[in-house]
Amino acid sequence: MERRCTGSEVKGVSTGTTILAAIYDGGVVIGSDSRASIGGEYVSSKTINKVIQVHDRIFCCMSGSLADAQAVTKAAKFQLSFHRFMERPPLVIAAATIMKELCYKNKEDLQAGFITAGWDHRHGPQVYVVSLGGMLVSQPVTIGGSGSTYIYGYVDAKYKPNMSREECLQFATNALALAMGRDNVSGGVAHLAVISETGVEHVVVPGNKLPRFNHE
Amino acid sequence: MLGGAGPELVTEEVKTGTTIIAVEFNGGVVLGSDSRVSAGDAVVNRVMNKLSPLHDRIYCALSGSAADAQTMAEVVNHQLDVHSIEIGEDPLVCSAATLVKNISYKYKEELMAHLIVAGWDRKDGGQVFATLNGLLTRLPFAIGGSGSFYVYGFVDAEYRKGMSRDECQQFVLNTLSLAMTRDGSSGGVAFLVTIDQHSTEEKIILPKHLPKFFNQ
Repeated sequence: MERRCTGSEVKGVSTGTTILAAIYDGGVVIGSDSRASIGGEYVSSKTINKVIQVHDRIFCCMSGSLADAQAVTKAAKFQLSFHRFMERPPLVIAAATIMKELCYKNKEDLQAGFITAGWDHRHGPQVYVVSLGGMLVSQPVTIGGSGSTYIYGYVDAKYKPNMSREECLQFATNALALAMGRDNVSGGVAHLAVISETGVEHVVVPGNKLPRFNHE
Repeated sequence: MLGGAGPELVTEEVKTGTTIIAVEFNGGVVLGSDSRVSAGDAVVNRVMNKLSPLHDRIYCALSGSAADAQTMAEVVNHQLDVHSIEIGEDPLVCSAATLVKNISYKYKEELMAHLIVAGWDRKDGGQVFATLNGLLTRLPFAIGGSGSFYVYGFVDAEYRKGMSRDECQQFVLNTLSLAMTRDGSSGGVAFLVTIDQHSTEEKIILPKHLPKFFNQ
């Protein structure tokens, strides 16, 4: 059987991961698994949190090389913190653009991709994807990381626009659980953040409480 | 065309780069496949039927290298004919699968093809066997080919034991449709074969009649 090449010959610790974000009616859910591995053979952390808060209502999920991703999110957080001198909180697209600028200008050296999701006063809930080379795209639902390959079909079939908060949370948890079940470099717990106008809620679903599917 | 030498036709071996699936129901099996055959970037056949008969009530689904898969199917077809004359009755699905497995295993270095064998016999009813790389295993359902990676999550979530014949056909069509949307090497029409005690029914489903999902 031909070796599936995910295109991630990553040096050092890689997040080899599953990340996703989806818009529901009134907010957005962003989530990830919690496994960090070295070369797909050793799990260096079972409980790493890949959902990083870069501002009050803006979160990022990282994939690819962990070191690169952490460096970029730290830089983005720093730049966004200057917005405390403005009247209103930053737009989600501002955060996404900062990540994109960093990824695009340093595309030779970096190997990290991001999903940025959040809520702002102008456009409400939004999800942006910054890919490896620095492309920035807005989508209602998006998945990323090595585990995402296995859930493209599930997400295409099950995502509906304008879901309720509970439906979207269940959808995201199911998608993460399915990806973690098939991808050997995704696993651990599911970290989720639900962001809306009223606030942010963190949800952690431990491995044994994840939904089970038939024949695992 | 983005500069360079144009599509790489001549140097690339013809692959079926495909999505195949077989599901068992009470009393028979349903097999499904897409119809695209690619050689590098070019689609050399957009209407190939990858569901190949091995006997009246036993079919196999081809994936991997088109030449290898077709040859294996033809050889096993011949061997099964001889075998069924020797025993004086219709062969078992398990026998067909074993013949495929024998070739897969003996020539595993030289061949690159995966055949899913499915059918009906009087002894055990509907059965599905996977013969990847020379292993032989009976499963309630099996998926294969390059497009299958995208729908692992979907089939894990959606498969239920005890589906009826119609539910199985719908399940197969949904899976094929999702995979064909996401995999560049799968596409065209969907071929469906339903085998039970009384008949073997072949159907072609055109793209406009395939189930549609979000964003399509």
